[in-house]
Amino acid sequence: MEIKFTEENLKKLERSKSHYPTNDAALMDALWLAQYQFGWLSADVMKYVGSLLEIPYEHVLGVAEFYTMYNKKPVGKHHLQVCTNVSCMLCGGYDVVDYISNKLDIGLGETTPDGKFTLIEAECLGSCGTAPMMQINDYYEENLTKDKIDAILDKLAKTE
Amino acid sequence: MSDFEPIILRNIPDFHNIEVYMKNGGYGAFKKALKMTPEAIIEEVKSSGLRGRGGACFPTGMKWSFMPQKTDKPKYLCANGDESEPASFKDREIFEKNPHQFIEGTLIACHAMGIKTAYVYIRGEYYPWIVMLQKAIDDAYSKGLIGKNIMGSGFSTDIFIHRGAGAYICGEETALLNSIEGKRGMPRFKPPFPANFGLWGCPTTINNIETLANIPPIIEKGGEWFSKIGEPKHAGTLLYGLSGHINKPGIYELPSGTLLTDLIYKYGGGVKDNKAIKMIIPGGSSMPPLTADEIEGLRMDNEHLKTVNSYIGTGGIVVMNEDTDIVKVIKRITKFYYHESCGQCTPCREGCGWMLKILDRIDKGMGRNEDIELLRDVANNIEGNTICAFGDAAAWPVKWAIKKFMPDFEKKVKESVNLPVANKVHALRLAVQE
Repeated sequence: MEIKFTEENLKKLERSKSHYPTNDAALMDALWLAQYQFGWLSADVMKYVGSLLEIPYEHVLGVAEFYTMYNKKPVGKHHLQVCTNVSCMLCGGYDVVDYISNKLDIGLGETTPDGKFTLIEAECLGSCGTAPMMQINDYYEENLTKDKIDAILDKLAKTE
Repeated sequence: MSDFEPIILRNIPDFHNIEVYMKNGGYGAFKKALKMTPEAIIEEVKSSGLRGRGGACFPTGMKWSFMPQKTDKPKYLCANGDESEPASFKDREIFEKNPHQFIEGTLIACHAMGIKTAYVYIRGEYYPWIVMLQKAIDDAYSKGLIGKNIMGSGFSTDIFIHRGAGAYICGEETALLNSIEGKRGMPRFKPPFPANFGLWGCPTTINNIETLANIPPIIEKGGEWFSKIGEPKHAGTLLYGLSGHINKPGIYELPSGTLLTDLIYKYGGGVKDNKAIKMIIPGGSSMPPLTADEIEGLRMDNEHLKTVNSYIGTGGIVVMNEDTDIVKVIKRITKFYYHESCGQCTPCREGCGWMLKILDRIDKGMGRNEDIELLRDVANNIEGNTICAFGDAAAWPVKWAIKKFMPDFEKKVKESVNLPVANKVHALRLAVQE
């Protein structure tokens, strides 16, 4: 597969660059765009992003490695990120992890064989008043119960 | 929700909508500010007694006055919406319910300091709220409230959102600057301070989202009016966040100095299942925890919390009931700091891992008699020995939990050293297998 931004993403990158006095500052936005388009940040993707902004690959790698939300390996279509930090822990965050882990038969950091779900434990997601909760890709599912988790996962399993 | 009239989370339906906001006097304070001199605005903010809402409680007006008025370099404002401190979830309420008051506050701040570019740094996880704020910013641009020559005043400014990507440390102001510059979010050494050497070496001010949202009412109604709300030394309202074992968790905007017991029982509906309280975190996970004995009559503002050796932080309150395993909670909090340490300073990078290891073995029944002392020693050697305040944030919960909940730690250690030898070997084997 040729690694190349879509026209739309190239436009978005140009807009992002216009917000800053240096190209370097647009790197985080560029990595976001790359992650949305390619799913995860492989070395080739990072090299491509670096070439667009004239930033050495090593610097791109350093930045990508620093921030946890950039996926440095492939993840499932639905990235289940369950918060287990203090407020969620008190409200059953670890029960949510166990329940999903048993239901999907995957451990933390693992992906289901069909590539649909990846399960990870997340640090505080700023949703303490609606604990326990998880982030799925870009949105939050809050006040989780077993029934609610069942409904969410069943619905996601059916989507193509 | 409360009998108090909030000044940020206003009880007006659809207040996030620019039309509704403007119908209710929105952007009036900005128009008023455009006619004021920068010095007059800063004086007004100084007289209000407004302190930063990010945790350090630094007087906002004074911070603004540090910005050089005459300089050849561009100046920048950074609004800090990284909000990653466990138990804090207030800024997202502002993005969701009253984004325009925050934008208006940002515009007034830019005018007061002669700033032409403001960046709003928002944690990457808050994508839905980034979309909401971007919509509000776009609406304000289309009304001519942001951009070039705003309302013919000759004043121009732009507001851009910078999306983070998952790093607690980027809420530290100088780490935030590095992150906006597209680097790893590692804190910088101070001095030089951001007001002289911030973004790209230019004068920069960093304010919390809630701080900026407080600015429009101050300009509209005057600093004196604001200074009379709540505690004089920590004026205004605070967005208290209630979470943990509580019946009605959520964000409550109340005057500073509200009684902690009122927050828990009157507004929060009491502890779940009517249980007794064991521990309270008063302002986000890094603030020293409180015991049940300390909460009676305690007012929630920075000055009063100092009397029990803690701080208001971000106002995120975690309530823990009598059944809570303190060692497990502190271990989880330490795991967070271990995960989030940027790795720049040795005491923090290594120390957080050591503290986690020791807490883990105490928790798993393999603690040694000397472990509590060792833990305290490691915490003391992190505190104050790092470039930024992260080291203190990691050390405080451990250090103060040991001080205030010593019996809980001792009990676990005692249980473990008294285990029969066979059991201990078994437990060790299990640990190795893990």
